Amino acid sequence: MSTQDAGMVIVGAGEAGARAAMALREHGYTGTVTLIGEERHLPYERPPLSKAAMTSVAEPTAAFILDEERLTANRIGHISGVRATSIDRIGHTVQLDNDRRVPYAKLLIATGARPRKIAIPGAGSENVLYLRNFSDALAMRARLQPGIRLVVIGGGFIGLEIAASAIARGCSVIVVEMAPRILGRAVPAEIAAVVADHHARAGVTLIVGVGLTAIERDGTDEIVVLADGRRLVCDAIIAGVGAIPECGLAEIAGLTVENGVRVNAQLVTDDPDILAAGDCCSFPHPIFDGRRLRLEAWRNAQDQGNHAARSMLGAMEAYDRVPWFWSDQHDQTLQIAGLPDEGDTAVVRDLGGAPMYFHLKAGRLVGASAVGPIGKVARDIRLAEMLIQKRARPDPVLLADPTVKLKSLLPTEPVAA
Amino acid sequence: MTNWIDACAPDDIDEEDVIRFDHGTVSLALYRLEDDRFFATDGFCTHEQVHLSNGLVMGKIIECPKHNGRFDVTTGEAKGAPVCVNLKTYPVKVESGRVFVDLG
Repeated sequence: MSTQDAGMVIVGAGEAGARAAMALREHGYTGTVTLIGEERHLPYERPPLSKAAMTSVAEPTAAFILDEERLTANRIGHISGVRATSIDRIGHTVQLDNDRRVPYAKLLIATGARPRKIAIPGAGSENVLYLRNFSDALAMRARLQPGIRLVVIGGGFIGLEIAASAIARGCSVIVVEMAPRILGRAVPAEIAAVVADHHARAGVTLIVGVGLTAIERDGTDEIVVLADGRRLVCDAIIAGVGAIPECGLAEIAGLTVENGVRVNAQLVTDDPDILAAGDCCSFPHPIFDGRRLRLEAWRNAQDQGNHAARSMLGAMEAYDRVPWFWSDQHDQTLQIAGLPDEGDTAVVRDLGGAPMYFHLKAGRLVGASAVGPIGKVARDIRLAEMLIQKRARPDPVLLADPTVKLKSLLPTEPVAA
Repeated sequence: MTNWIDACAPDDIDEEDVIRFDHGTVSLALYRLEDDRFFATDGFCTHEQVHLSNGLVMGKIIECPKHNGRFDVTTGEAKGAPVCVNLKTYPVKVESGRVFVDLG
């Protein structure tokens, strides 16, 4: 066993992995950095896949996070088009499916999440599509021609973003959500209602509170059969019913997996030389009393990639960035900071026609959400995020008053927990 | 060559804040810092073309409203991921109660 060439190895070349590779260099690491990805592309950004990649007039190109030039300049070895299949924890090597074995000193698992498949009769049809990667987006885009009848299964963020993109491309769109309303617990009902209203006005049909029983084929038509007996005839079905963390590698290696690869506050797994970051990991959040979270969010992936790189280099700090999330649908932006579902009290502020909700738990701000034009919501959500980060206990009366600048509520020093 | 353009009154921008200023084909972000200094940069973030006038100014940093890309408004310098391309800056002067930008 030789570990003399062992450096930093990152499995998964998405947002978290690519950011970690760069962060290792930014934090001064001079050894070997290897970034392993199963797609043949350079690392690219995923948020545009459900939005700009669908609606752009021109054939879309991937938005690369790292190009060849930056990979070379930062001496990042990018191994693409291969899968890591197992980890030899004693020998400190990662086995790849091309028979290559890569030695590591520290290993970061940043394998993301894959779409959950729908499990009803007929769901295996080639007309049932899922979105995870750029190739999926291209295939979906090719199907979403004007006049196509589309059924979207799932009224979460992915489903709703695709619905907005598809209606913009001239498809007819029905969204079916099993729960009583769209967007589940991610946002308050009032925010979800505003989003639902924008979809309705754009021509999207929303069906909520009804499950599916089967997908049937009738000639070239697909028929989505609902639990109440309704039959939705369509040409294509897109399912956005949640994601499953990619934990296979961790499982094979005997690491603890429970709704994601379990890591500590420094993003380190049971094995001190193996870390995990991004959509695939479950981590305790210090701002929410150590509540264990697994986030499927672009910014979390980026921030955890950065944080994991620092932990790989020996930093002992806890990851404590406030969760932040956005979704673009039609001409509206939805932004969420913190965890609205942690709150016991809600306060609403009117951002000039755009509603913003603050969520307090025993007087402490723990979440905020708003929907509207980006110019109305972004600043105040950012300030809410800072208030949450500082564990602030803002006066609800001031939060509700749109003439009070949120900036003025920021404590100058962090408030004790 | 200078080309000073009358952009706004100083009080059109709150302290530690930013507004959008469009002139011809250019779209700028005009900043007023807490110490009452004024600066101007290209308006659109170099990452995904989101207008910075919707962003948040903290000290001398503007943060993009979409992905939190950060720039030093006094120099245009990109302050780290996801932004890596600096913003173009423009000279600004305050004269006779007006803010002028040199579009060159």
